[in-house]
Amino acid sequence: MSFINYSSREINCKLVYYGPGLGGKTTNLQFIYARTSPEAKGKMISLATETERTLFFDFLPLSLGEIRGFKTRFHLYTVPGQVFYDASRKLILKGVDGVVFVADSQNERMEANIESLENLRLNLTEQGYNLDKLPYIIQYNKRDLPNAAPLDELRQLLNPAHATEFEACATTGVGVFETLKAIAKSVLTELRRGGGGGG
Amino acid sequence: MSGPDVMFPEEQKLIASVCQRLHRDSNAKAVLLIGRDGQPIAEAGEVGEIDVTSLSSLTAGNVAATGGISKILREKDFTSQFHEGEKTHVHITLVAGRAILVVLFDERSSLGLVRLRVRKATEEMARIFEQVTRKAASQTGPSILNEITDADIDKLFND
Repeated sequence: MSFINYSSREINCKLVYYGPGLGGKTTNLQFIYARTSPEAKGKMISLATETERTLFFDFLPLSLGEIRGFKTRFHLYTVPGQVFYDASRKLILKGVDGVVFVADSQNERMEANIESLENLRLNLTEQGYNLDKLPYIIQYNKRDLPNAAPLDELRQLLNPAHATEFEACATTGVGVFETLKAIAKSVLTELRRGGGGGG
Repeated sequence: MSGPDVMFPEEQKLIASVCQRLHRDSNAKAVLLIGRDGQPIAEAGEVGEIDVTSLSSLTAGNVAATGGISKILREKDFTSQFHEGEKTHVHITLVAGRAILVVLFDERSSLGLVRLRVRKATEEMARIFEQVTRKAASQTGPSILNEITDADIDKLFND
């Protein structure tokens, strides 16, 4: 849930990057961290296993500038993608203001994408949110790989509601900031509108 | 969604003074108050060298994970936690289900004293949060959210 502090004049929002394991959620945050000026970012935290798989979450605090004298601060989180960390994913979705679904474009990961998206919808519902009403962006990652599925197929399977979508290659940064800007803008617009996805 | 969590200047001052008193009365190194989603709200004491943003996020994650464990055990929330370090100890308490109070202390204090002082401080903070809730519900003046225009949002994302 966003937090507005009229005393320190800050608007705080929580963004969650969701998606199947090894899809590039952490890589998105790492690229953002690497390309953001030191004064606009805090320390990036990764709670990962010894093999660098996300265990609980990654966290990156970002300042995006001021609106009407209020600093806008976005807290970016990733969830662990592996199926058996579902309890952790539910916790991280608590208080979410916007979701980025990072899909893995590779043909052989299509089932994992669908399963993760269904899991997202279910976990949001459990928290009282509705994915169709929440600020939500879908990112088709790994577009550079030779075994990437055609965009039309990905759209048909993963984005029937026509949410805003971006093609990306998180390792080189293609589409990473476009995705971030789109979700941040959508969250602020929704906040101003006074609505939300439930909760 | 019931709307964003808010904090107003008057209540922020009250909260800050409770933190300062708790810091003094418990002989703590530092006191931090954190929103339930990990946003820092107030602090007192020796926080200069601490990465408050990271600490806040990790503490909120920790509290959320502990809450998850309590659900599995069919236990009501574990309202407080204690982490014992070699030099610094951490006492974590939920405040009115809305915030997390963190007390960092060392050999100058004791767990008993911290617990005692925290109990009183959380009661005071809970009352202040009730005041914030009432004020937010009856807010008739201009809210920052009403003032924001599409152009403001666009401006934020202009390269």
